[in-house]
Amino acid sequence: MPLIKCEHVSIGYEGQTVVKDLNFTIEKGDYLCIVGENGSGKSTLVKSLLGLKNVEEGRITFGDGLRQNEIGYLPQQNDTQKDFPASVYEVVLSGRLNSRGFSPFYTAEDKKEAKEKMKLLGIQDLERQCFRDLSGGQKQRALLARALCATKSLLLLDEPVSGLDPIMTGEFYQLIRKINRDSGIAVVMVSHDIESAVEDATHILHLQETALFFGTTEDYRKSRIGRKFLGGVHDGNDL
Amino acid sequence: MMETIFEMFSYPFMVRAFTVGALVALCSALLGVSLVLKRYSMIGDGLSHVGFGALAIAASLNMAPLAAAIPVVIAAAVLLLRIKGSSRIKGDAAIALISTSSLAVGVMVISMTTGMNTDVYNYMFGSILAMSEEDVILSVVMAVIVLILFIFFYHKIFAITFDETFAQATGVKADLYNTLIAVLTAVTIVLGMRMMGALLISSLIIFPALTSMRVCRTFKSVTINSAVISVVCLAAGITVSYVWATPAGASVVMANIAALLIYSLIGLVRNKG
Repeated sequence: MPLIKCEHVSIGYEGQTVVKDLNFTIEKGDYLCIVGENGSGKSTLVKSLLGLKNVEEGRITFGDGLRQNEIGYLPQQNDTQKDFPASVYEVVLSGRLNSRGFSPFYTAEDKKEAKEKMKLLGIQDLERQCFRDLSGGQKQRALLARALCATKSLLLLDEPVSGLDPIMTGEFYQLIRKINRDSGIAVVMVSHDIESAVEDATHILHLQETALFFGTTEDYRKSRIGRKFLGGVHDGNDL
Repeated sequence: MMETIFEMFSYPFMVRAFTVGALVALCSALLGVSLVLKRYSMIGDGLSHVGFGALAIAASLNMAPLAAAIPVVIAAAVLLLRIKGSSRIKGDAAIALISTSSLAVGVMVISMTTGMNTDVYNYMFGSILAMSEEDVILSVVMAVIVLILFIFFYHKIFAITFDETFAQATGVKADLYNTLIAVLTAVTIVLGMRMMGALLISSLIIFPALTSMRVCRTFKSVTINSAVISVVCLAAGITVSYVWATPAGASVVMANIAALLIYSLIGLVRNKG
């Protein structure tokens, strides 16, 4: 059973359809990259996957033990956090809220989990640091640790490397690859960066209002649309 | 010194002013941290003007002031949140519209009924004599509710303040908590405004949070510090007001300005060191 299954999904704003008749599935351990130009419906799709926006037609079903509020979400950078007084630990721990339900306080297990994720991402020394004093790369790691606290099976990353310099970007991709391979957590990444996308991803969803392409990366490289967007640089022999 | 303090507390009206003031200061500081960080600072200001209009109308109709003002201000709070969420009129403009309109309505009503007198002055700038036995009971009840809700929902409030989208994605009902914060803010403002004055009450929401953010670096310490600063400044302000017969609201704001300056200095020194 797939983690997420989208069947004939259409999503829109005030009568205007942004995404229509979209079909795809995400299986355990997949690394799916959603690519497409600005305004192609990527952000809208993310909102619907998270349950923040209703679909107009079709349906999104969750399986294999994944519930909608257990997606580990890494949002795009947001302005209000720039001067927010919060320690890294407070931020990471807030990822455990979805397993709290009505109980108002975190358990010892929640705290242990938060510390483990910080260690995994190499930010355990920043525990007491103020979030606003972190570098761009450190912020992304902290938010990734929070996302990992919220999920056991699926990460959803929305333009995670925008605003990072090339070195940090490389490190971040490496980190995601490691998490995906070592712990079998499925990764869904929305990205502009189509070149890097095909390096790491197992599957590609090329979105342009509907799915221009959905399948394995290998097939994408061979497909007409894939070759067009990759500019003929990769012809399949690169592997 | 001690004599002055004993003398001060021998007057029942001073005890009432201290009790209500301290509780209002505590609640507004707690709510203020979230409001300031979410860029909702001006809501406090808008709501106090709505409160002024409602009190003026209630007075002219001989209604109980609180019973009339609280529901009106709660309705305005919920409305302002909705407007911020989705509307053609932007949030800041909407707040300015609503607050000046209510102020104008209030002034019109008063001038047509009782005429511009000391009541108006008291509504605008506050009076230390304004607190009744009923206000004391109401503020105690409200403070207990705010404290319980705040402690119970502390982590969720942190989550929606820090990152509303993530909080919603992990199943936190952000709209519910936003409305809850707005309603509690409305009640706090109505309770505090007759003592602090409609023009000055929003300082209680904004100052303590900004002051503690100069120095504190975690959400928890900002919250605790705001609450302490707010209550201390209120006590200092009211004492000054009693000793030198200055207006209560303005004195409390002065104390808050002093605290902000001190904390800013500490913050500066620390950043350099």
